Amino acid sequence: MNLRRLIGREILHRKLSFGLAVATIATSVAGLVAVVALLGAHDLRTSKMLTRMNEETSAMEAKFTKEMKAYEDDVRKTMKGLGFNIFIFPEGQELSEVYAEGFASKTMPESYAATLAESNIVTVNHLLPSLTRKLKWPERERTVILIGIRGEVPIAHRDPKKPLIDPVRKGRIVLGHELHRSLDLKEGNATVFMGREFIVDKCHPERGTKDDITVWMHLGECQELLGEEGRINAIKALECNCATIDRLGEIRREIAGILPGTKVIETESKALARAEARNKAKKHSQSSIASKKAEAIKLQADRTQLRFEDKEKYTALLTVVILGAMAWVSFLSFANSRDRQAEIGILRAMGISTGSILGALMGRAFLVGLFGAGLTLLFAFLLSETLKATLHEFDLRSLRGDIPLVLLSVPVLSCAASWLPALQAANRDPATILRNE
Amino acid sequence: MSDFTLRATNVHKTFAGPKGTSVAAVNDMSLEIASGEFVALGGPSGCGKSTILLIAGGLLRPDQGEVEIMGTRPYEIDAARRASIRAKHIGFVFQQFHLVPYLDALDNVLAPTLARALPGAEDKAKALLEKFGLTDRRHHVPSSLSVGEQQRVALARALLLEPQLLLADEPTGNLDPENADSILDHLAGFAKEGGTVLMVTHDKRAAGRASRSIRMEKGSIAESVS
Ligand SMILES: Nc1ncnc2c1ncn2[C@@H]1O[C@H](COP(=O)(O)OP(=O)(O)OP(=O)(O)O)[C@@H](O)[C@H]1O
Ligand SMILES: [Mg+2]
Repeated sequence: MNLRRLIGREILHRKLSFGLAVATIATSVAGLVAVVALLGAHDLRTSKMLTRMNEETSAMEAKFTKEMKAYEDDVRKTMKGLGFNIFIFPEGQELSEVYAEGFASKTMPESYAATLAESNIVTVNHLLPSLTRKLKWPERERTVILIGIRGEVPIAHRDPKKPLIDPVRKGRIVLGHELHRSLDLKEGNATVFMGREFIVDKCHPERGTKDDITVWMHLGECQELLGEEGRINAIKALECNCATIDRLGEIRREIAGILPGTKVIETESKALARAEARNKAKKHSQSSIASKKAEAIKLQADRTQLRFEDKEKYTALLTVVILGAMAWVSFLSFANSRDRQAEIGILRAMGISTGSILGALMGRAFLVGLFGAGLTLLFAFLLSETLKATLHEFDLRSLRGDIPLVLLSVPVLSCAASWLPALQAANRDPATILRNE
Repeated sequence: MSDFTLRATNVHKTFAGPKGTSVAAVNDMSLEIASGEFVALGGPSGCGKSTILLIAGGLLRPDQGEVEIMGTRPYEIDAARRASIRAKHIGFVFQQFHLVPYLDALDNVLAPTLARALPGAEDKAKALLEKFGLTDRRHHVPSSLSVGEQQRVALARALLLEPQLLLADEPTGNLDPENADSILDHLAGFAKEGGTVLMVTHDKRAAGRASRSIRMEKGSIAESVS
């Protein structure tokens, strides 16, 4: 005879009482497993949602990159077609003055155009040197803009044999609309400008700009009239062959290497408007991506908060369940000890120690915990496959590592719940028990 | 070694009753029982028979007086050692048998080995069951045994660890005459082999089997007949 046999026989004899205690423990352990599983499922779902969002974001980014590339290519192509004008002004020229007056007050040598043409410049083309002044047409008492122009300076390395064709031949002038209309001058008429006779070569139609009060003549004659021989105040050019989208930067860098100190500006063009549109589209896409990313961050925060709240709720619920289970186990243990009073009395009378009695009662409580926990774990593992669907693919078997802890701590809790009734039963006076039974 | 298996000297035991009253269950009682004696303890209900039996068994501390079992004073040592004195020297038999309900006959007889190991206990238990005509009832739980069989299992259990002193409280109280005789035969046999028996009984016939008969009244000995 030993304690193990005694415990085993008692359990087999009082199956219902033992079964009830086991069921209580099993239920609360099931509650525990359920909470852990629900939280696990929550985590799985969160990570799935985040993965999906991140995938969406990456897809957006990829699409954006592709679209931008296509857009830039497109812009580059159209800009090439449209070209865009740049102006090179003399060193030290205040650009604010250029914007205010429409031309530069400072001058630079006409040879700059040749220097540029003979360099290996690739980003610009069609170099047009000019000299512009605002003055009074003395013979006619009129304020005009005088522009001296000459033919394009061919870029030496690009088209060396290109003939030099002057837009305005010597001895001729071209007049803006306002001038020829008010002065009643027609093509082929002769007129005197600053003491020199010119034949009107061309009368421009109305443009609604300064062109309407502009007089164009050959650069050389213009320089002579203004006493600025060999000087110009601007070189107009056309962009070409820029490799990047930042064309002006590229042009400025190249020109700065050839004509240090000169100022380069870009004048408005259709191409610029396109570039602007592209920038807007880019900004829009970027902000969509950013908001998608922010959405993902918010989702994560929301889910974390939700998990926290769930966990608190579950913990509270579980605490109640566990405390309830412990109270119930304690009560069952009390009932069991009371049923066994006579037996305990006679065993004590025989000289069996309080410790052994306590051992028998605690051994039983331990088994209650072990069976209860074991049963639930067994079911959890058997049903893990079936429960996966409801648990967002959370696999109960992933809790495998916690089995030893559960199989140890649950019986210990069961013993704790049974401790007081058992202690009381083991210490009851056998004389009292035997006399009353 | 003392001449007496059990000696009680001027023992008093008073219980508190309701509303501040008190009951003097045992009142200045002295008793000596030598080995080989079979003593029957009689008297009216409530005269203190069970109380003195529990005191003699080391289960109930008297208010006054001395108790000596096999030369040891059980109330002068701690509870654990008192328990081991019980396991070593004393066997108990009760009117209600007090068998462990979920153990079969054999395991019930073996129950005292939880207190004290005994080499060859199982063979000894089987021999006792055979002696009491219970061999074929060995694996029956108490609820499927007759009362006579239950009391014989209880007696076998009391005898397993070969005690010197057997304390029996109304051992035949629930039995028919035939079963009662069987129990009394075994108690007499135990005394004959040198054991000491103190048996509480109402039954005149049972008392007649004893070597000495004591009658108690109001907590003390009124008459002793050898
Ligand atoms: N634990 C107790 N508390 C209070 N009174 C008690 C207690 N135990 C015994 N008594 C009282 O002491 C007296 C003696 O009791 P005891 O059980 O020894 O009598 P008894 O002779 O065995 O009687 P019976 O023949 O009916 O068994 C009784 O009056 C009883 O009520
Ligand atoms: Mg009595």
